[in-house]
Amino acid sequence: MFKVKTQKMAKAEEYSRSDHELFAVKVIDNVEISPDVFLLSWKQDNVFIPGQVVKVAIDRSQPPRIYSVCGGNIDEKMSILFNIKEDGYLTPKLGAAIPGDEILISKPYGSFRGDHSPAYWIATGTGIAPFYSMFQSGLSDHKILIHGARHLNQFYFEEELEWAMGSNYIRCCSNESSCNVFPGRITNYLLETNHFPKDYKYYLCGKSLMVVDVRDLLIANGIPYENIFAEIYF
Amino acid sequence: MKDQLFGKDLNELQEISLALGLPKFTGKQLADWLYKKEISSIDEMSNLSKNARELLNEKYEFGISAPSKVQVSLDGTKKYLFPTSQNKFIETAMIPDDERKTVCVSTQVGCKMGCLFCMTGKQGFQGQLTAGEIVNQIRSIKEYGDISNIVYMGMGEPFDNLDAVLKSLDILTSEWGYAMSPRRITVSSIGIIPAMLRFLNESEAHLAISLHTPFDEERRKLMPVQIAYPIADVVREIRGWDFGRQRRVSFEYILFKGLNDTPLHIRELVKLLSGIRCRINLIRFHPVPGTPLESPDEETINNFRDQLNDKDIIATVRASRGQDIYAACGLLSTKELI
Repeated sequence: MFKVKTQKMAKAEEYSRSDHELFAVKVIDNVEISPDVFLLSWKQDNVFIPGQVVKVAIDRSQPPRIYSVCGGNIDEKMSILFNIKEDGYLTPKLGAAIPGDEILISKPYGSFRGDHSPAYWIATGTGIAPFYSMFQSGLSDHKILIHGARHLNQFYFEEELEWAMGSNYIRCCSNESSCNVFPGRITNYLLETNHFPKDYKYYLCGKSLMVVDVRDLLIANGIPYENIFAEIYF
Repeated sequence: MKDQLFGKDLNELQEISLALGLPKFTGKQLADWLYKKEISSIDEMSNLSKNARELLNEKYEFGISAPSKVQVSLDGTKKYLFPTSQNKFIETAMIPDDERKTVCVSTQVGCKMGCLFCMTGKQGFQGQLTAGEIVNQIRSIKEYGDISNIVYMGMGEPFDNLDAVLKSLDILTSEWGYAMSPRRITVSSIGIIPAMLRFLNESEAHLAISLHTPFDEERRKLMPVQIAYPIADVVREIRGWDFGRQRRVSFEYILFKGLNDTPLHIRELVKLLSGIRCRINLIRFHPVPGTPLESPDEETINNFRDQLNDKDIIATVRASRGQDIYAACGLLSTKELI
């Protein structure tokens, strides 16, 4: 039988309790932008580089989870995009948060960072968040954004992205069809277009299977793995 | 579908007994039958009354499952294929070495972590294993009874399924369970910090961390988790932990030709691990299809080890085992069975 050692427990709790790690902010917006998908915002007080993440917790009883910042670095609000996991401990509570409620966040950090160089931004589902942040921060020149989803209502921010990025904004839908939307997965789209410029960076964000499949496809088509930047949701 | 008894802890078995109107001590008897005796059905629990067995059979099944396939390597390593409750498959490796028999267990069907060099990562994530499914990989192989060591280094990231991993460790090490020493068990992780700290709190098993390069940028390209939990932060937490005299922390380091096998890496590793009583396990890279990485030659590997040892870091080169049946480090996968 394991014995819980009080002294050591204090050390572990310190991780989620330490003041420098997490601090309270007040929710100013929590909008359900698609069924069970929320854009939750608070006042932005921290400088960040688009693509970075924040740790988010509802209280100090559970370890925080990590979310990409979903918004521009000059916005007044800082936001995260998340979908409700029914069996999760955090997202049902985050989804129920209303303006004025307190949540705990960390300062933004992380090395998944956008810049001005030519790049493909490739995402599935809420993996669009870091790219929307880059887009909102003025980094969308020389970028091609490919967003994959199962359903048409999961192309978050599509009107804004379509208007601003035009043909450089590509939607791939695996379960439904519509005009201007590629029918199938991102990997099918990439195989069909068969265009893999070597002088581009490739940023991937989303579920692991998409990331590893696209990464393998890129490597097989001559893209050096050093030019591939992957962020995986777990 | 009936619930499974195998994989329940003592408290759960006592609760089950009470809920069926049986004495609380039946829970302890059940634990004995499940974890100390080699039976495979409720009907064989001969010190329970016929009525108790009937009550149990109505709602529960014993819960162990045999491997559906076994492959044997030229070096004696075996790879077992187990079906899971979700109609998926996992693999387990058994590595014999003189008197030792080490079992390498899986904790997930697939893996979410997407490490560039890992075959399991290439199949994505299909599901979590239960504690029972983890322990079953030990209980249901032919070598059960002769097993000397257990390593949680098979398919999946153990700290992404921590509740089941901790429960399985409880079953393996508790007096009412298999009563194994936790010093014979090592759990390997890429370093999900909150889960790592909980593991250190709640178990006594050894910890192994997949390091692979001390440089942030380089590790990020090999292991996407670096973005969320940088190795420097992982090591900082480990440095602050009191491992005591018996418990070990080790770092896994797969060597990639021309990438992480340079003197610069040795210097940075020494700096990163300074002050930590640990060992580095150097691992030959086993080529994974579609991955642009190669293993360095033996001379480079041995030089790397010697140079670390010269700097007072204990480093050993792990023997490659079971490569011909894809049972070696980083090669487990059931992608073709998804």
